Amino acid sequence: MEKTWTQEFRYGLKRGLPIALGYVPVSFTFGLMAVSGGIPIWMAIFISLSNLTSAGQFAGTNLVIMGAGFFEITLTTFIINIRYMLMSLSLTQRLDKSMSLTKRLLVGYGVTDEIFSVASMEQGILTFPYLSGLIIGPVIGWTTGTALGAIISAALPDNLNNAMGIALYGMFIAIVLPVARKSKPVTIIVAISVAVVCILRYVPIFQMISSGFRVIIATIIGAGIGAILFPITDDKIPCEESSPGHDITPSQGKEEG
Amino acid sequence: MNLTYAIIAVILMAIVTYIPRVLPIVIFRKEIKSKYIKSFLRYVPYAVLGALTFPDIFYSTKNIVTALCGTIVALILAYRGKSLVVVATAAIFTVYITGLFL
Repeated sequence: MEKTWTQEFRYGLKRGLPIALGYVPVSFTFGLMAVSGGIPIWMAIFISLSNLTSAGQFAGTNLVIMGAGFFEITLTTFIINIRYMLMSLSLTQRLDKSMSLTKRLLVGYGVTDEIFSVASMEQGILTFPYLSGLIIGPVIGWTTGTALGAIISAALPDNLNNAMGIALYGMFIAIVLPVARKSKPVTIIVAISVAVVCILRYVPIFQMISSGFRVIIATIIGAGIGAILFPITDDKIPCEESSPGHDITPSQGKEEG
Repeated sequence: MNLTYAIIAVILMAIVTYIPRVLPIVIFRKEIKSKYIKSFLRYVPYAVLGALTFPDIFYSTKNIVTALCGTIVALILAYRGKSLVVVATAAIFTVYITGLFL
């Protein structure tokens, strides 16, 4: 029995609603951060709408605030977002085969960790109306949260704005630590990565390496050693659990149909 | 802030965010077979976030002591599995409060 366009779309909307609500506080923090760093309100909203990602746009915006070079900003953002290839690859196995190029280009925009997770949990083929419905709510949630945070930031006192500087890092810790706690490979990878970035930062001969490249080098070494020491065979990070609302955790990357 | 610079940077960011998402959907029909590449991609977010957080978190506020207090609070709450928003808010609050006494 074929579902109609509207039925599929509405079902997608319904499934996307919890993601949309979960995005608001996170993007709110992004809006606060961006504006307290000197980004205009409209641009913070534009960043959220055009990037629709957490770690990538947080890191990229941080580099913009620091006045980093284009190559560094682009490469850092790209490295962080490379993981989406894996999710999109997995989605291709489930997409409606007859989906047109234009529709594929639109669907690609909405591949976030959460949207991917929800979509990959569905049974059967993923249609365009379903995916549109699923994507549209989170996009609205993400941009609305950013707008609210950006507007409120302008009204905050200075010392509170300074304290906001730690928000992003606090979120990063909240994403990584629960996984690291349960997964020894992740703990080791994070430790290697942090060790490398510290060496590059504090050892004088590496002083000419900029902050963005430090992160890239540390990531490649950390994840690279991790992949060699702890290759994932069953498509799941050892001991990883799903963590709803944690945007970066590539949880539930299961391929089963 | 130079607006032209920021706009170009944001557009570049958007492009390199979009490409990894859309490319497989448009081009690939097969799955990555190498378990090493798959594992590498899977571990990337954690390595990135680790490298982004430390040691920069200690310089994220006007004072290294307030940042240290905020970090400790964030670590404890995150270890207990609190949500992103709770951890971030508690860290901000800690920095703000300790900042009042320094």
